[in-house]
Parts: sequence; structure tokens; C-alpha cells
Amino acid sequence: MPWILQAVVGLALLLVIALLVGNLVRNLTAAGLLLSWRWLGQPASFDVAESLIPFDASMPYWRALLVGLVNSLRVILVGLVGATLLGTAMGMASFSSNGLLRRLARVYVEVIRNIPLLLQLLFWYFVVFLALPNGTAAFQLPGIVLSKSGLYLAWFAQGFSWQGPELVNGVWRAPLRLSVEFTALLTGLITYTGAFVAEVVRGGIASVPKGQWEAATSLGLHWSASMRSVVLPQALRVIVPGLNSQYISLAKNSSLAVAVGYVDLYSVSETTLNQTGRALEVFLLLLGSYLIIDLLISAVMNGVNQLVQIRER
Amino acid sequence: MQPSPRWLLALPLLLAFALGGCADDSGSGGGVQSVKLSTIRGRDKLVCGVDGKLPGFSFLGPDGTYSGLDADTCRAVAAAVLGDPSKVEYRDLNSSERFAALASGEVDMLARNTTMTLSRDSAGGNGISFGPTTFYDGQGVMVPVASGARTLKDLDGKPICVESGTTTELNLADRMREQGITYTPLKFQTGDQTYAAYLGGRCVAVTSDRSQLAAKRSSFPKPDEHILLPEVMSKEPLTPASVNGDPAWADALRWTVFALFQAEELGITKANVAAKVAEAKANTNLADLRRFLGVEGDFGKQLGLPADFVPKTIAAVGNYGEIFERNVGAGSPLKLERAENRLWTQGGLIYSPPFR
Repeated sequence: MPWILQAVVGLALLLVIALLVGNLVRNLTAAGLLLSWRWLGQPASFDVAESLIPFDASMPYWRALLVGLVNSLRVILVGLVGATLLGTAMGMASFSSNGLLRRLARVYVEVIRNIPLLLQLLFWYFVVFLALPNGTAAFQLPGIVLSKSGLYLAWFAQGFSWQGPELVNGVWRAPLRLSVEFTALLTGLITYTGAFVAEVVRGGIASVPKGQWEAATSLGLHWSASMRSVVLPQALRVIVPGLNSQYISLAKNSSLAVAVGYVDLYSVSETTLNQTGRALEVFLLLLGSYLIIDLLISAVMNGVNQLVQIRER
Repeated sequence: MQPSPRWLLALPLLLAFALGGCADDSGSGGGVQSVKLSTIRGRDKLVCGVDGKLPGFSFLGPDGTYSGLDADTCRAVAAAVLGDPSKVEYRDLNSSERFAALASGEVDMLARNTTMTLSRDSAGGNGISFGPTTFYDGQGVMVPVASGARTLKDLDGKPICVESGTTTELNLADRMREQGITYTPLKFQTGDQTYAAYLGGRCVAVTSDRSQLAAKRSSFPKPDEHILLPEVMSKEPLTPASVNGDPAWADALRWTVFALFQAEELGITKANVAAKVAEAKANTNLADLRRFLGVEGDFGKQLGLPADFVPKTIAAVGNYGEIFERNVGAGSPLKLERAENRLWTQGGLIYSPPFR
């Protein structure tokens, strides 16, 4: 009687869940910590270093958490694009006929992939970016200035006039300024995830039968044209599912921001938790946010996956 | 025939866990008994949450031992409860971890530069039980001498480094808002990262409790190149703490710290405590001293501690004045003024309610 078994198992499972939840509620009540969300409306009374939406210390906690979420999304989105470009380039480079390029790609993957991300972030921030000079001594390229206080980029100013960074009273000003914390986090996330993406891309390309290369070459296509028109479209079927999990990792790894002083969702949550003491509520919000972000990434990638699969006609 | 569902075997295990969890804490009924005190006695070790990286307060030295005012507070409590100051297991906690570690029972107490505040104390907030304040401090700001900044106003528009999850973060926001100074707070999770960013020149100032700034400065490569601004931005009563819900344990902690204050007031030191006990035993007229040292009465028993917990504690770590001088005062590299941390009899705030 399989249905009896199923019913018993189902009931037992419900019982266990009820017991665990009951236990939790009882312990929380004993500690005087029942779930409450009223604190979300109270003034946060702390400041944040950077925000894409207006924020000051008199605004409520929910607004502060939103600032953190927006900052997280910003680094995740730019990071995804960057890691994809870098990873694809490196993955393709490992099939290059140029031996130097090929070896460079291998060294990059092996070095970056085998060092913990947190260490890399601390390295980028404390060793590389904080060692940069400031003011007039800052590194300058056309349209780009890199200094200890941030990355200054040329961008469209008012209207559609292109405007580069300029030095005003010893301080750089530019239409687009990225804080050094954001830049360090982004650099770390892109190089780290890029190495994994490179391997996914390499695996995808390697999965395309050699005959396809030979067929493309016999048609008179160059290496780059064969790659673009013949090999990559077939490799994508293998690449996309692998990319999905790398993207999800990048989104989760962005929460290491707090180590390099970037105000992301986790950083704001930590401050909020310390000021309100509402550990359970704050963590529920955190868990929910990351879960939703990851599910969204998965949904988009599954859509892409459907597009690149072989369609039988 | 349905294949046997192997994972069903795990169900009784799961049930046992959940039920076991219930049975486990149903034993924690209130009353005079203290679960925490018996737990500490049972494992014969006090687990004390400290910072661990703060010279003068709690600092893990190269020889593997902890030193400092906070570390000595842990020792004093271990001496009172277990009769041995060495029975302490220190747990380094950063400012974000400390309350969770206390609430979950991972540590028995905190002696970790924690400011007593209403929201931390109240049951609706962090739900912590604070003992007596062991160090009265105030928030300050440190800048490099070379920056030329001499008051808060000079920091307008500048980045300031701060450790996240501290009262410091809020005070900074409040004071700057009052004075209409704009600034960028750069928050880091640990003190190490905060001071590394400051020394790396990312921010023009770093803010924390003044004692902590002085302590950290003493470990800088060139301490003379940094100064504390004159402004004191807040009151920071640094206070050891235990978790709410075990009043007997909180009392034991509270009166052990008071004993350190009282011993200084009575002139009882690490060196003369044995002689004082002998004197109290010989002279029945010294009622106050006899009660304090456990020769007469049952103060220890009332607290769930041994009768002689006071002399044991003083013999182990000395009185409050000795602890202060040794770790942060004239006898230490920090050389902090006693200031408001003097005894009430000398115009300070250190005061023990009567032992009677």
C-alpha cells in the first residue's frame, strides 16, 4: 500500500517540522525575541559611504537595507558582464594558435582558481589599490584616472557632451567615479569568477567534435570565423548550464564586500543587526534577498539555455 | 512490492533530535539555581569572549597568554567561580560576532570593550545583562599629525574609517549631523581591516573609543605620527556582560567585579590579601572586613560561589587599581590617565555598593 507509507511519511515530516518550529517559537519567547518588523520603520541613524538612491541617517532601516540591496545588485550585474567577457576571452584563448596567449590563459586560470576569493579581495584592496598614489601623482590614461580614492572615468556629462576626469584643487572630479572599494571588489569578483568561466567555456569548446573545426577550415573560414560561426554556437549548449552556477556563485560571493569596506546588502544588514538586535529578522531578509537574486539568475539562464538548445525540425 | 525506502530509517533519528532538543532545555527551569554556573563548574572552565587584538584590554601575546584589563576580568571571574584564574578559555570575537556568541551560549560572558546601552540591555533589544562598568571611556578621533586636522570640522568632506557594528558608527553619524559636517564612513568588519585602511591612507581619520585608539596607536610602526583630536564624542561605559535569563550567574559576575572595586577601597592588594584574611580571622571586631573576605556570614553562598571567593579573586589578579595600572595605566605602554576611572573616594566613578 504505497499511499499509506506516503501518508505516514508525510505526517511524520509535518510532525517534525511542527516540533522544530514549536521549539524555536518557545525558545524565542523565552528569550523575549518574538518576530517583529516594526524596527524596519525606525530611523537607521547611521551613514553609508555610497548609494545610488538618496539616503541619509534620518531615513528608516528599510531604506538602508534597500541601499545595500541596490549596491549589491550593482556590483553583481557589472561583475556578471565583466566575468563573462574576461572568461570567454580566456576560454577561447586557450585554443589559440598563438602559444604565448594559450599559456597565458592557462596560467591565469590555474593561479586565480586556486587562491581563496577572500584573500584575493584583501590583496586587491589593501595591497594593490591602497598603494596607489593620490592627487596629481595618480595614474592617468586618456579618459581614465586611477588613484587611492577611486577610479575616475570619462562619461557623458550634461546633455551628450563627453567629459573626462579633471583635477580641481588637488582633487579629481569626473562624471563617473567608482569608489576604490567598489573597484577592488569588482576586480576581485571578475578575475576570480572569470577563471571559472574560462574553464566552462574551454570545456564547451572542447566538447565540439574536431570534425566541425576541420569542416569549417575546409570551407576556407579563418580561426576566428570558425570559432564564431561554427564552434561557439554548438559549444553554448554545454556552456550555458555551467555558466549558470558560476553566475550564482558570483552573486553570493559579492557578500564578501564587507572585508573591503564596500556597503553591500550584507554590510548594511550587519550594522542593522548590531543596532537593533533583531538577528532572526535580519537574517531572514538576507536569506530571502540572496535566494531571490539567485533564482532570478537561474530563471534567466534557463531561458537562455532553451534558446541555444538544438531545435528539431 | 514497493522498494524499501531507506531514508525512512533516518526519521526516528530526526525525531530523536527534535524531541531531544525539547527534553534538553525543559530542564532549564528558573529558581535560585543557575544553569550557567553549573555548566561552568561542570566543564571546569570559564569561556570568556574577548577582542584579543587590543593591547591593554585583551591581547594574545607571543607566549600564547592573554593580557589586559578585560582578560583580567575573565581571570577574576574564573578565580571566583572555579577558584583558579587560569581556568579561562578565551574566545576572540569581532564586534559583529559578540552578541550572537553570547546569546547562543558559545561564551559564558563577554569582557570585550562593549558599551552598555539601553537597546543592548533591554529585552526588546539585544537582551544582554550588563555587569558593573570596568572602564569609562569616550569616543575619539585619531588623525595623522601630517594631515593638519586638529578639530572635527577639519574633517569636512573626508573619508573616516570605522569598525562596523559598533556604537561608534552611530555616534559618528549623530555628531557629524549635529555639526553639519559631511563625511564618508568607510566600514570594515574587523579592527585589523579598519586600522589597515587608515594606515594605508584610504581615510584621513579613524574613530573609536579613545582608549582603543591609544591602544592601537601603541602597536603602530610610528605611534608619534598620530594624534587624538580633543573632542570626546560620546560616553562609552565599557562593561562586561552575560546573557539575560540567568540572574544568579549575572549576580555572581556583578559582585565579583564589585569585589575588585571594594578591595581597592579597603586597601586590600594581591600582596597583602593573605595578611588581611589572617587579620580578619584574628579580630572579631572587624565585621566589615570579615564579611567581605568571607570569614563571617554567607555572602559567597548567597551568590552560589565559594565563601572565600573574594580573597581568591584578589590573590589571583589584585584589586581594580592594580589591574588598571598594570594593563593600561602608568605601569603599561598605554599610560592612560586614571581620570574618571578613579575610585569614587578620589573623585572618580568607580564605586561598589556595600558588601552587606
